[in-house]
Amino acid sequence: MVAVTAARRPFNPRSLIRPAVLLVLTAIVLYPLVWMLGTSFKAPEEVLNNVSVLPDDPTPANYPDGWTHFDIGFGRFFLNSFMVATLTVVANCVSCLLAAYAFARLRFRLRGMWFAVMIGTLLLPSHVLIVPQFVMFKSFGWVGGPWPYLPLIVPHLLATDAFFVFLMVQFMRGIPRELDDAAKIDGCSAYSVFRHVILPLSRPALVSTAIFSFIWTWNDFFRQLVYLSDLEKYTAPVALTLFIDSTGQSAVGPMFAMSVLSLAPVFLFFVAFQRLLVEGINTTGLKG
Amino acid sequence: MAVSTRPPAHRPQSGPAASQRRGRPARHQDDGRAGYVFLSPWLLGLAAVTAIPMLLSLYLSFTNYDVLSSFSEADWVGLDNYRKMFTDDPAFWHAVRVTLVFALIGTPLKLGAALGVAMLLNRSFRGAGLFRGLFYLPSLLGGSVAVAMIWRSIFDRSGAFNAFLSWFGIEGKAWVNDPSTALGTLILLAVWQFGAPMVIFLAGLKQVPNELYEAAEVDGASSVRKFLSVTLPMLSPVIFFNLVLETIHGFQGFTSAFVLSGGTGGPVDSTLMYTLQLYLKGFANFEMGYASAMAWVFLITIGLVTVVLFRTGRFWVHYSDGDD
Repeated sequence: MVAVTAARRPFNPRSLIRPAVLLVLTAIVLYPLVWMLGTSFKAPEEVLNNVSVLPDDPTPANYPDGWTHFDIGFGRFFLNSFMVATLTVVANCVSCLLAAYAFARLRFRLRGMWFAVMIGTLLLPSHVLIVPQFVMFKSFGWVGGPWPYLPLIVPHLLATDAFFVFLMVQFMRGIPRELDDAAKIDGCSAYSVFRHVILPLSRPALVSTAIFSFIWTWNDFFRQLVYLSDLEKYTAPVALTLFIDSTGQSAVGPMFAMSVLSLAPVFLFFVAFQRLLVEGINTTGLKG
Repeated sequence: MAVSTRPPAHRPQSGPAASQRRGRPARHQDDGRAGYVFLSPWLLGLAAVTAIPMLLSLYLSFTNYDVLSSFSEADWVGLDNYRKMFTDDPAFWHAVRVTLVFALIGTPLKLGAALGVAMLLNRSFRGAGLFRGLFYLPSLLGGSVAVAMIWRSIFDRSGAFNAFLSWFGIEGKAWVNDPSTALGTLILLAVWQFGAPMVIFLAGLKQVPNELYEAAEVDGASSVRKFLSVTLPMLSPVIFFNLVLETIHGFQGFTSAFVLSGGTGGPVDSTLMYTLQLYLKGFANFEMGYASAMAWVFLITIGLVTVVLFRTGRFWVHYSDGDD
């Protein structure tokens, strides 16, 4: 019956405009990514001469070529990236959760002022601090030291990602205060309220923080470029830029193969958590 | 109410109202110490990673300092760095111009695209969620080196963009290597990432009460009229939010400019973004003092731009609760 009613409705060509426009837009927006994927499967001579999306003669050869293009395999760079990103995730989740609990739930002198300062640091561009931080970390012997990732990790241990503190404060404001009060009546201290009430209930905020933290660190280039000077210690984005210097067009295919791999973790997060990522943007204004 | 569930020992003598202001029960006094315990990592970070480096940066900006010598050997030169920057460094002004063009052209285009697509998606139809997700994807990937690599190739002489133009019989050129168009490709890359502001616009559009549109329709308003008189004013707080965020974001573009120009800001300095010039001064030429001065000018400029945006915002941002 429904089908019959639908068929009777007079056909309005204007109803096709929206889907048509959306399809064209989707094609434009996705084109660069699909093109990259296609190019990563093109043979060297095709990379230069065939600009269409699909390779005429697909070959996976660019992947092993790219993987071993430099003296050190790309596996090492990806491992370095994974290590930095994972440690950042853990550091952010712990330190930002502690700070957020203080801001959202505890009463203490100057809380309002500190909160305003925290919001202020949200707007502070990292480029402003990079020079003095570099000077400072270098004087500690961290830059170029045995483990040059210290300057990349330690700041996250100290809740300097104000975005995540803010996100978690917003989240905790939604947890009913009656739960804290009830726990306190039962004799819980501020510490056990945190441990037994807030921590378990903050899981969704922690998951958001973990995912965004991972993606941003994975994509981060500026700080990794500044602090990593030893080829062996390079992360994937810094290593990718080596392709720019490497001579000739022969490196284009391998370069795209490695680019595809370097986007893969972010893409997989996107596929798995699409709804959560979009909601995160929409409720807090976090950047992508 | 929380007050009524307190145990008798904690119930204030002078009634609930007074307890709100003074005579906090014991557990609140306890919060004072716990508050600072929980806040301590953040406070340490504020001091060690933010405040002290800022002071250090202010000091360095009055010195000539190459990071190679020890910190105490920094030469005090007073305002020389600033004087040189404003009067004797064409590259500085060039970087300012490039950054302004990038932010002032890129941000409105990006917000326009974001709002346009948000309006298209602001109707429930099958697949709306899928489109929303797909358009958001570039925001997630866009800042990465890999995407800048793609851009480099697409807008190269033998790239896909020229192949597309050739369908229409237009002869292309090497867009990324031409000083007059290289910045344009960077702007395009920024606009391509319209997904994040789009999602925020979509959330804002959902808040506009349908009755307003219905009332406008009764009055015979055209769809353009409805957009201008209902959508835009109702959406102005969200537009403002996106504008501030994206403008600040635009000033900070680095990765794409670095990758597209091979780390030089070329061709002929056409993509020499401010942050790229700061990086080159500090970490390629080791003029850390000069780079610190640039950082302070950058910080003050961003602060001023934010203040100006907030001031002008008063004239066109409407909050529906009348709390302008």
